[in-house]
Amino acid sequence: MSVTERDLTEAEQTELLEEAALQEPDLQEDKAPAGPGDGEDIPVPPGAPRALLRSLLGPHRARVVLAMVMITIQQAALQVGPLLVSYAIDRGIPALRAHDWGPLIAVTAGYLGCAAVATLLQRSFIRLSGVINQAILLEMRRRIFRHAQALSLDFHERYTSGRIISRATSDVDTVRELLNEGLQELLSVILSVVYIAVLLIVMDWRLGLASLASVVPIYLFTRGYRRRSQAIYRRSRTAVAQVIVRFTETMNGIRPVQAFRREAANEEAFAVSNGEYTDANAQGLLSMAQFVASSRATANIWITGVVVWGAVLVTQGSLQLGVLAAFVLYLRRLFDPVDQVAMFLNSYQSASAALEKIAGLLAHEPSVPEPGEPVALPAKTEDAIPGRAVDFDGVAFSYRTGKQVLPRFDLRIPAGQSVAVVGATGAGKSTLAKLLARFYDPTEGKVTLDGVDLRELSTPELRRGVVMVTQESFLFSGTVAENIAIGRPDASREEVEEAARAIGAFEFIAALPEGFDTDVRKRGGRISAGQRQLVAFARALLADPAVLILDEATSSLDVPGEQAVQRAMATVLAGRTAVIIAHRLSTVEIADRVLVMDQGQVVEDGAPADLVSGTGRFAGLHQAWRESLV
Amino acid sequence: MSTQQDSRPAPEASDPSPPQPASHSATRSLLRLWPYVRPIRWFLTASTVSALLASLSALVIPLVLKNVVDGPVAHRDTGGLWRQGVLLLVLGLLEAGLFGLRRWFVARPLAGVERQMRADLYAKLQRLPVSFHDRWASGQLLSRATSDMYTIRLFLAFPLVFLIVNSMVFLTGIGIMFTLDWQLALITVLPAAPLIILCSYFERRYSAAARLSQDQNGDLATVLEESVLGIRILKSFGRHRTMAARYRAQAELLRGTELKKARLLADLWAVIVGLPELALGTSLAVGVVQVAHGSTTAGTLVGFLSTALSLRWPVESLGWLLAYSNEAATATDRFYEVMDARPADAEDGPVRDGSAVQAAPAPARDGIRLADVRFRYPDAPAGSPDLLTGVDLHVRSGETMALVGLTGSGKTTLTALLPRLYEIDGGRITLDGTDIREIPRARLRALVSMAFEDPTLFSASVSENVLMGAPDAPEEALERALDVAQAQFVRALPEGTRTQVGEQGLSLSGGQRQRLALARAVVGAPEFLVLDDPLSALDVHTEALVEQALRQVLAGTTALVVAHRPSTVLLADRVALLADGRITAVGTHHELLESNPEYRELMSGERTGGQAGERTGEGTEDGSLVR
Repeated sequence: MSVTERDLTEAEQTELLEEAALQEPDLQEDKAPAGPGDGEDIPVPPGAPRALLRSLLGPHRARVVLAMVMITIQQAALQVGPLLVSYAIDRGIPALRAHDWGPLIAVTAGYLGCAAVATLLQRSFIRLSGVINQAILLEMRRRIFRHAQALSLDFHERYTSGRIISRATSDVDTVRELLNEGLQELLSVILSVVYIAVLLIVMDWRLGLASLASVVPIYLFTRGYRRRSQAIYRRSRTAVAQVIVRFTETMNGIRPVQAFRREAANEEAFAVSNGEYTDANAQGLLSMAQFVASSRATANIWITGVVVWGAVLVTQGSLQLGVLAAFVLYLRRLFDPVDQVAMFLNSYQSASAALEKIAGLLAHEPSVPEPGEPVALPAKTEDAIPGRAVDFDGVAFSYRTGKQVLPRFDLRIPAGQSVAVVGATGAGKSTLAKLLARFYDPTEGKVTLDGVDLRELSTPELRRGVVMVTQESFLFSGTVAENIAIGRPDASREEVEEAARAIGAFEFIAALPEGFDTDVRKRGGRISAGQRQLVAFARALLADPAVLILDEATSSLDVPGEQAVQRAMATVLAGRTAVIIAHRLSTVEIADRVLVMDQGQVVEDGAPADLVSGTGRFAGLHQAWRESLV
Repeated sequence: MSTQQDSRPAPEASDPSPPQPASHSATRSLLRLWPYVRPIRWFLTASTVSALLASLSALVIPLVLKNVVDGPVAHRDTGGLWRQGVLLLVLGLLEAGLFGLRRWFVARPLAGVERQMRADLYAKLQRLPVSFHDRWASGQLLSRATSDMYTIRLFLAFPLVFLIVNSMVFLTGIGIMFTLDWQLALITVLPAAPLIILCSYFERRYSAAARLSQDQNGDLATVLEESVLGIRILKSFGRHRTMAARYRAQAELLRGTELKKARLLADLWAVIVGLPELALGTSLAVGVVQVAHGSTTAGTLVGFLSTALSLRWPVESLGWLLAYSNEAATATDRFYEVMDARPADAEDGPVRDGSAVQAAPAPARDGIRLADVRFRYPDAPAGSPDLLTGVDLHVRSGETMALVGLTGSGKTTLTALLPRLYEIDGGRITLDGTDIREIPRARLRALVSMAFEDPTLFSASVSENVLMGAPDAPEEALERALDVAQAQFVRALPEGTRTQVGEQGLSLSGGQRQRLALARAVVGAPEFLVLDDPLSALDVHTEALVEQALRQVLAGTTALVVAHRPSTVLLADRVALLADGRITAVGTHHELLESNPEYRELMSGERTGGQAGERTGEGTEDGSLVR
């Protein structure tokens, strides 16, 4: 008896899955450091993947046990078949010749009963394991998402969006692949090998042991294959990541590509990555071919040997014919899963790598944690202005690498004051703003809002207090109205439209194909950079914070747009405390106070008029700007 | 990955998936692969033949076993036993070798097919007009270049071969079974028909569920991607919970579909496991009766059961193979959706020789001239007005013209028309007197150099990124361009101008990227320069320095500069005002400030008309828009 078509094709189906896993590229893994002095991968605490797995499986312990019991019985029922064949031949036939139908009826009933049990259990097992797997995946996705949201901004800047996305997509998919296909396969394979081994030895210990000895060469082949395929697998992953990076970069930058005639050069570069990937794939296929041929040959040689020896034993009378027949049938099944085990090992390897990465992400402590016992901001009296006082109290900030960005300083911004911050790139303006928005926590000292440390405020309380509008004005998929309503989800349509009107965005939004209901990702939803910034402002108006931070938030606006913003600050947002980081001196003019920063320090501080009439840097800048307007 | 299988452009990506194509059209789709398959057809044939021979030797093996049991064992014939043993061994080795060969024949050729298809797709996409790329999300294109290619390769490697092989094996096996014992054969074959029907029924429902789950997976990935890309906004407004609830709802939707898949799979497997076992059990009972009555031998029964077992897979696999072929047909359709799109130069009229541009006799140094240029985006909703309704503009040779206009008035669009990133719908644009439609694209784009509003850097070194504008430029040109753009910061980078930047390298700030994009535009000393708001992300200090240096470059170049600010406008000799789809005024900055109220409002914000007041500031007086 030998390898049938079924074995190979099933193995090939497994290969499909296995190769499918290969297709899930992990773009970011091969990425070079994303910024000076950082880009290090997060260290995975020892035991974290296992602890994660335990905590995910924990709630489903009873179901997992039930599933294991099911598959154990199912395999037993399935493996009984050939034994019954042997019994039918050895007992059923002679009994029938003696007109005793008993054994045959028993065998047939047994066979059909086992088939029914195996079928029903198979069905229940797939359903049950589906429920378990999906519950685990849902929980895993949820945890990754919530954790990613809780992690601080500096983490996001270091870790890059692509990595987080690939954690929650391709890594989760890899784990799902293993849960869905791999584990069931592995359990069946182990159980069937064990059952068959036991049955063979029980039926005839000599032939049984001889058959089981084949495990040794096959194990060696599998190990060799696994080593080779692992190396190829890594190469292929790296290569496909290259292909994908080149591809997406070209497609996302198609304008400069075409404008600068990069097509030919790009094709050459793409051909290199593409060739490398293809080569790795071909290598994988060849090594698979070699493994299939050698392990099959071994199995077939072994089967021949056992059958011939068995036949000799039968002719010598020390083995019954039915036992030989059963051996023949069982041997086929014993060698069935060889390819699958190799595949399983590969997919197990990639899934455990994925699980490790996920565990690493989840084990990362947010560096800007929520307070254990949040404090509320002091209540506002009726007639008080809506703004709140901001205090930087002995604050200093350094990067994790130790590089100091802001040396220790004190700064007090009274409630309702608007402060403009100017200075060259890298002067520390944005860091100042991020500390105030609590995107970072200071390394030393504290930032307070009406005397309350920002670290003691719950997130909702903090965001009622401080809102920041940045230069990048990302739009979420959905309508324009939904994008504005992010500022305050319970706002009515009237309030959304009013906020748009106040910022001078109403007209262009109304002119879109479906007005406020235009989907920003769909046809006709073409919104220019300046218009995006207006939407971002409308959002901030709607949120109505006590302190508003504008981080270069007007860079793409034209002069009327900028003036609409200034008017809104003067009317709708009057009385709020504002910190404005601007490239444009026109924005600065409306501020009550100007801070000039250089290398992390405030070098000038005063009312705009005072600074202009002085002799400092700001006066010089302002002079040059004035001249440009003439 | 998850954003894969929707066969249409992104805008409709989350819509429910299309119905399965009918099988004849699937065949037609797959036939389109012929040009790629043709060069490897002999390898494929060899592979199919090997697989067939291997499968047939696997079928013969049970017959040999029957002979072992019936012949030598029954007759205590040791010599005969050895002969049968050798035969068994040879067949086993043959089978193993042939299956190895089958893979070996096609490993490299198929990888080659995949490479060729991907290279063709990439080359094609680079040559499709920008308007095509506007319609297609890059993720959709990517899934065509990766997972679809892979589906097609796998189809050629397995389903194509095994649809042929398994059918033949099945028929041969049935033949053998009927020869052995026609009654038993009949019992065994009977369930095959319902099995195939049930399998394909489940496969169909399963692949519909699978398609749905892929779409939902894509939607889930979108929520995730946005929540990460927009993390600053979410953190700013403290909206993680809203987003988390959205994500959870999507994830639960996906779980529902996955559970449906699991239930279908469970039913499918129940059928696959149950029906053949039923048939085997019955034929075992009948076979035993026959052996007992002496109408057949024990060896025949063993051989029969083995053959029946080995035919289980070819039957079961049919549903799966067909489902996979359908998927490959979809993948092929998706591939050709892109390959069939018309490239940018398809509609080109007669193209003059590249040298004609310099040789063009007439007004030799005419600069850039736009005459009655009309344009609308191809994907603009029907009924909406054209974006550009008749632009007339003349930028004299050597002159720098600033282009100003309200946000959204079409300035950026206008700049994209010059290098023909988009095709104009009416009117004409000439460079030194030659219609741009008569200049080959490559030549045109060498003449016109651009800096885009959104500066894109590629994964390459700083110098490669800058020298894109002029691959053959000398080292001094690079240095000069970096100086003009005030991009001296690159010298402080870890490896100077050889530092890798872009997606796979060092990430630079918006201002730094903008300066490199500017350097890229000016490095080749182009004849025509188009700058789209080139200084927007620069701080005041740097802006002043760049302006100073840029002035010298612009002195000798014909340039069109989109400007939002007076300071940028001052780089230009004259200013053109774009409003309502046409140029409404041209003049120097001062002339327009004097004479044009709209321009004055745009540049200084001073409102002059009553109408302007309605644009803005309708907030309530007490400043309490909310609460």
